This record gives sequence, structure tokens and C-alpha cells, in this order.
Amino acid sequence: MKVGVVTFPGSLDDADAARAVRLAGGEAVALWHGDADLHGVDAVVLPGGFSYGDYLRCGAIARFAKVMPVIVDAARDGMPVLGICNGFQILCESHLLPGALVRNDHRTFNCLDQRVRIETASTPWTSGYTAGDQIVIPLKNGEGGYVADLRTLDALESQGRVVARYVGRNPNGSYRDIAGICNEAGNVVGLMPHPEHAIEDLTGPSTDGLAFFTSVLKGLVSA
Amino acid sequence: MSLIDTVPAAISSPEAEQPYAALGLKDDEYAKIREILGRRPTSSELAMYSVMWSEHCSYKSSKVHLRQFGEKVPANASEVLLIGMGENAGVVDVGNGLAVTFKIESHNHPSYVEPHQGAATGVGGIVRDILTMGARPIAVMDPLRFGAPDHPDTGRLIRGIVEGIGSYGNCLGLPNIGGEVVFDPSYNTNPLVNALCVGVLPADGIQLAKADGPGNKVVLFGSRTGGDGIGGASVLASATFDEDKPSRRPAVQMGDPFAEKLLIECCMEIFAERLVVGIQDLGAAGLSCATTELAAAGTGGMDVDLDLAPLRDPTLVPEEILMSESQERMMAVVTPANLDRFVELCHKWGVTATVIGTVTDTGRLVMRWHGETIVDVPPRTLAHDGPVYDRPYARPEWQDALQADTPDRLARPATGDELKQTLLTMVASPNLASKRWVWEQYDRYVMGNTVLAMPEDAGILRLDETTSTGIALATDGNGRFAKLDPYAGAQLALAEAYRNVSVTGGRPIAATDCLNFGSPEDPDVMWQFAEATRGLADACQTLGTVITGGNVSFYNQTGSTPINPTPVVGVLGLVEDVRRRTRAGFRNAGDRLLLIGETRDELGGSEWAWTVHEHLGGLPPRVDLAAEQALGAAMVDASNGGLVTSAHDLSDGGLAQVLVESCLRHRLGARVTLPGDPFVALFSESTARALVTVPAGDDRLTSLLADRAIPYAEIGVVTTGESLDLGVFAVPLDELNEVYEGTLPRLFAHR
Repeated sequence: MKVGVVTFPGSLDDADAARAVRLAGGEAVALWHGDADLHGVDAVVLPGGFSYGDYLRCGAIARFAKVMPVIVDAARDGMPVLGICNGFQILCESHLLPGALVRNDHRTFNCLDQRVRIETASTPWTSGYTAGDQIVIPLKNGEGGYVADLRTLDALESQGRVVARYVGRNPNGSYRDIAGICNEAGNVVGLMPHPEHAIEDLTGPSTDGLAFFTSVLKGLVSA
Repeated sequence: MSLIDTVPAAISSPEAEQPYAALGLKDDEYAKIREILGRRPTSSELAMYSVMWSEHCSYKSSKVHLRQFGEKVPANASEVLLIGMGENAGVVDVGNGLAVTFKIESHNHPSYVEPHQGAATGVGGIVRDILTMGARPIAVMDPLRFGAPDHPDTGRLIRGIVEGIGSYGNCLGLPNIGGEVVFDPSYNTNPLVNALCVGVLPADGIQLAKADGPGNKVVLFGSRTGGDGIGGASVLASATFDEDKPSRRPAVQMGDPFAEKLLIECCMEIFAERLVVGIQDLGAAGLSCATTELAAAGTGGMDVDLDLAPLRDPTLVPEEILMSESQERMMAVVTPANLDRFVELCHKWGVTATVIGTVTDTGRLVMRWHGETIVDVPPRTLAHDGPVYDRPYARPEWQDALQADTPDRLARPATGDELKQTLLTMVASPNLASKRWVWEQYDRYVMGNTVLAMPEDAGILRLDETTSTGIALATDGNGRFAKLDPYAGAQLALAEAYRNVSVTGGRPIAATDCLNFGSPEDPDVMWQFAEATRGLADACQTLGTVITGGNVSFYNQTGSTPINPTPVVGVLGLVEDVRRRTRAGFRNAGDRLLLIGETRDELGGSEWAWTVHEHLGGLPPRVDLAAEQALGAAMVDASNGGLVTSAHDLSDGGLAQVLVESCLRHRLGARVTLPGDPFVALFSESTARALVTVPAGDDRLTSLLADRAIPYAEIGVVTTGESLDLGVFAVPLDELNEVYEGTLPRLFAHR
């Protein structure tokens, strides 16, 4: 099974996402921002980083990359797409996900080992978890506060589209402690913390993040 | 009429007044330039000489002392060293066809003027040095020193500097794996911002800064040249701050980490296809430095059309373009055959590339501005033949009195209550308290190869996922020790970094140094510098850690008061198998505690004397390099053999600090019987010591230590209890945690 990892100018965690795909047993395919071709991949990861420096609103320029319309179309057709950190911001800017990510309420960039609760196992990226599972994975961002209007927040809650929530201290002022959400169909997931940094005991705080990648691969095989 | 000063104009107007003094050149230096050229320099040439002959670029005051690093070479240096001092960074062989390059540099002065940009561009500059060697940068570290925590400017500086380092390094995608944060009033208004970068490259892929091959093209690529940082590091960092001078803000460079990220990725592809003959980054002295150094190291000549350099500000004049220290720029020498592919790769990454010149065999660096010759110089005279000063130095007359004022007269805590109070005061002091507030602002995970990072003793990076080989790095320095005895102080900095690397399982093989001192024109300071370099060179030779490169930062003083002399040393170690690294922090209740090394009554310059009594006097702890080597080797073997469950080096704050940190890490208690005098046992800063844990009933480490006649004492056990019980007193972990973690956020967090 092939999982594409997009590199935008300024992407940083693309190699990490590709490693996670490989360790989960999949084939990672490098996708280039300027190439409007998904090269036959079965799923896509938009990795973390500072695309185009994030000097403008995070993700605001990346959404106009040549590869994005192809990804948006594929996502609307049901292809699993995971946006991590900057990738989540790009998904919001692309209107594949509602809401936005704003500057942390304490105004500093923070890199933490964050406890997160998986709220739904019914997305292709979380099917390997059980709702209620608590995991510890890195969180690292300066603009990770999830915001949306009240109606959107209520809709996300009532439709079971809050995928993950911060446990303990809210690290960035996200409304309702939201760490990740999905679209109505569930195939597009945006996540602020970094599961790709928690795939090996040697280099991460845990291996709790690996299941995001094994989940999607398992789903692709059985599909 | 042309407003540009040309070579013909210089010849025809020999007596024209020139502002050489304002550019920092002395009378005799200006006379030497006239002698070299056989005429007065043009204003462009004057600009180039002024920056290239500045203290920062020419090392004119330090050169005579730095030579020792080339003379006192350790016996093992020939096995590890691929490139030594003199290039942008040294390169060492780490086996399996891989090489590692690393270097530490200062960005002290700009960081005081503009903390965020000053610190950010300090990271950017050292990263480009590493990149220039042909390496992919893989991590950064930042040893930082600030004034007294309650000094009115310290908050502005630490917030801005930490944010600047974070914003640049995080956006560049480089994990920050260690460093230091130290407070001392001697750094009031003179913060020290040192930045280390490490990179990895194929051993046969080293790039050099040389313009070889007449006819080859000189390409300027990366960001456009702007008006920022004109004379930044070269002039700013080569003079003392004086209160009555105007603000130097325009001399600080502005960083664009995104541009540098593109430059890195672009260079990686360029190197992989072996498209360059030579390459140089534009750092201090910008285009002046890159053109002269490339030409001087290569065939010898270069023709440059300076008006072709892409500008961010079209009003810039040649002198400004030559002196600008705009960031994120590089210069490459490319054969005509490779030029199209080179430009194509730059285009792929959105990097601007412009051919601005050609390599020649004339022995002259000639620059034109819209056809008129504005520079015609022998490049060596700028790059290598700058002035060299053997500045006068003498042991300061106050040195004896300082050393005679020992801490013996200071009141020591005696009762359990007094000891407990002392320990809590120490743990809460900004120097010993948790630095979490700082390192949580840095990304330590990116790239996925960080095996150890803060708050461990050393950072460890995996180099190869299949073989699990890696490297360990630590930086250390102690300005108080160096003030008391600069020879010993420099050795203690090296010894501590060496120890930090070896307790994690890294075998130390090389070192880099950042020598932060006051004004070299002060004989007291110059003596400190001479002693420190002598001490460091001697110790590097003994410990087998060759100095591969580094940086000197003088003029760290305000008015006539210099900072404590602060040699900061970074040590690189090899880790055979990163999966066997040793971490700090107690992990298992029931493990036995072994204190390795000898504890003496050594409190001169200690954290205790300073924190409790604001006392600095006497002598620093004794240097024992043989003991450091024995301890280091034992720790590496213990790590490889899986003999220890944790290890932590003893340094600032002594055993007390290590026990506190080890307990708090995973919330495990300890029951300890202090050997000898409890106060000395807890707070002495004797060197060559480490605290390790071993499983109950496992005697492999104790027999190894006994076999090698390394002294150790079994001092207690790890417990599941909620307190650190030292017999004479006990402290709940909650109480320790509150003071340890609370200090920095309370002082500096945004409210």
C-alpha cells in the first residue's frame, strides 16, 4: 500500500512521516508540491513544518500549491488524508476541515510530550485505537489553538468528529481541548500533535503514534 | 560625474581623506593597506579591508595563542581528523563512510542589541558554516549566558534570545538537543549567545572554500543583499559597548529561516550531483569575505561584476554591498558545464542564483561597478595576511587576592534543617533550577533521530537507522572557575563536556571551542585569554579531543568591566550503538546508587558559595584529567555492556543537584547515606565524578571499577517513596519539584 507524503517548501517532518509509514509496513511515496499528480498513492499525509515560512497565516500559501486541487478532489472521493500540525493548518485553509488554528494562548512555541485522548476510532487513521484510549505523543507548535464558531464546534461534537482531545492541561488554548478533527465522511483527519514522532522507543516518548499509520494501511488492505 | 570611487580615481587623488578610523582601522593598519596597494585604497577596498581586518574576521589578537591548537595535537588526531581548523568547520571521520562536522560560534553582541534577530541569525550563521562543508545540518545546541535574573534587562534578553533561537531553528527543522542556561551578573548587558551546529556528510563528499580553475563561474545564490547587518558581526562584535554611542541596531542582521531551509535542501541536491568546485557561505563580512577567501584559497584571482548582485534595496552603494551581512546567502564556484544544472536546482527550490564573476589566474581580485574598476587587490592580503598582534598581557594584580579569598570563611549549614534549607535554596536558584521553560520552546523531535536531548547530560543523535551508530554532543563552560584560574577553568569546561558525553555512552573524539572574553586591549583580559587557550590546548592533547575549530569573541564588556572569562567547549563523542545509550534519571526502585570518583572539600567558585553567599574566591576544583579519562572509559564500557540503569555527571551544585534531578525525572525517591561530612558530600564540586544506578545484585560494574582502581562508594537505593531521604534530613519530591520547576517560569514567562 502506498502512502504519499507531500513536501512543500518549508515542510520539515516529511522524512519523519515517511519513516512512520515505512515502520507501519507501508510504502512511502514522496509527493512534490509543484507536481499535480498523486502517483497512484492510496492515502496522503500532509506533514508538519513551516510551509513557505508560515510568515503569512499558517498554511495559507500552501493551499494554493499545484498538488492541492488533486488532493482536495481525491479527499472528496474518499481517499484517506491526514494533516499533521502544519498539514492540519493547510487542511483548514483548503476548507477540507472547518475552523482554524491560531497562535497559542501563552504566545510561545512549545514542544511537549502531550497526553491525548482518542475520541473516535471510526476514521481510517484511528481505527486501530479504541475510543477513550489515552496516548502520549509530541506536540510542537506556535499556532496550535483550534478555534471555530459555536455552531461548528457543536456540530463537530454531535457528529462525533472530534478525533482527539488534550488531556490534563490544555497546551495552547484550543476550544474544547480539541487536538484533532475529521470531515463529515471521516476520511480527512487533521491533528495538531505529532504521531510520526512517537513510533520508536528510541526517538520518541512512546510508540503510541504508530497506530495512526497501521490503521490506515490495514484499512487500505481490507478495502 | 561618477560618485563611485574607482581605482583610477584613487591613483589620481592620493591625498583624499578617508574615514578609516570610523571604520575601525588603526593608523598603522591604514598605512599597511596603502603599502600593499601602492596607492590609497578606493572606498570599496577600504570597506573590504576594514571588515576583513576586524578582530572578528582576522583573529588578529588571538591568532598567536590559537596556534597552540595546531601545535599540541593529540596523538589520535590523525585517525579522526579529515579537516582541521581553518576551514568553515572541522570534519571528523566517524566510520562507515560517514563524516561529521561541527562548530560553535558566538553571536553575543548582536543579541544584546536585538535579542530575537541577533540570536536567530547566530543559529543561521553556524548552520551555513556546517552546510558549506558539504554536510546536512542535523542538530543545533545553544549555550546561553545572561546577567543577574533580577537585572532589569535580563527578562527582555532571555525572552527575545530564546524565542529567536527557537523561531529560527524550529522553522529550519533542526532539533535542538542541548546547551546551557547560566546567570551571572558579570553578563549584565553582555549576554553570551553561543550556537553549535552539527552536520553529517559522506566522508568523500567534503566541500572546500576555494575558487579553482580559471574560467569557472562565481555564483551568488540565496537571498538578495540588503542594507541589514552592514558591518554587523565584523564591526559590532569587534568593539565594546559604550553608553554614549548611538544605537547600533541597523548593524544587526535579519533572519529568514525559510530562505535558509530552501538553501539547505537546494545545496543537498547540488552536493549530491557534485556540481560545485568550491563553496563559501556569506557570514561576517559578507561578500568581502566570500570573494577574498575563495580567491585566496584557489587559483588566486577573480573578476566580479558587483552590480550584478541582486539587491533587496536598489539604493545600496558598492561599499554597502561589500559590507552587508544579509543572511541566507552563499557563493559557489561552478564549471561552465555544470552551470545550467546548478541553476536548475536552485530554481526548483525557489532560490535566486546569479553569476557575478569568473575565476582568473591573475592573482588579483578585481571588481567592477557598471564597468568601472572599484576593487583591484591581492585577495590573500585580506583573507590571510591581516595584522597580527601579540598584545601585552600580565597576570592581573587582583588575581592573588581573589585566590586567597577562599570559601573556607563562609558559614556552612550544619544541622539537618539547615542542610535542607540550603538544598531547597540551591535547587530553586536560577542556575540550578529546571531549564524546561527554555528547552520546551525548541523542537527536539524533528528529523526523528534524536535519541537524547535536554535535560540529559548530552544530546545523542542516530546517524544511521540500519547500523544504529550515532554521536553524542555536550557543551560546557564555567566563567566563575575561569575567573579564579583561567588555565584550570578552560580545562574544567572541557572536562565537564567530556564527562557529559561519556556518561551517556559516547566516546569523546573531538572538540570545538567558543572563547568569550572582554577586551584584548586590557592586559588582564589578554592574560585570561592566553591562560585559557594554553589550558585548553594542553587538556585537549591529554584527553585526545582535538580542537577542530571554533570562534573567539572579544570585547564582551561594558565600559571597563569585562565579563568573567568564559571558554565554552563542545565535545563530540562516538556512540557505537545508540540503543545502548545511558540516560539520566532513576528508573527502577531497588536499584543501588554508586557515587563514582573522589569527593574533596572543594567549594571555590561553587554554586553553593555563589548562591548562598554571593562569594567568588579561592581556587576552582582540582583538574584531574587522568581521572576523567578513567571515568569516561568506564562509563562508555558500562553503557555498551548494559551495566548501568542510569548515569548522571556531577558538576554545578554537586551531588545534591544530581540526586534531586534523578529523583524528579521519573518521580522515584531515594534513600541515601552520605559519605563523610554531609555538607561536603552534598555540595562539593569535585570533578571526575558521576552518580550511577545498577540493579540490585548485579556486581558487574563494581568489579569493573575495582579492577581499574576507580574509587566509588555505594551510597543508597532508589525507592518508590515520595521523598529524597538523605538520613540527616528528607525532602518530599513534591516540594523539590515545585521549587525546581517553578523558578524560571515565575521569573520570565509571559504573563
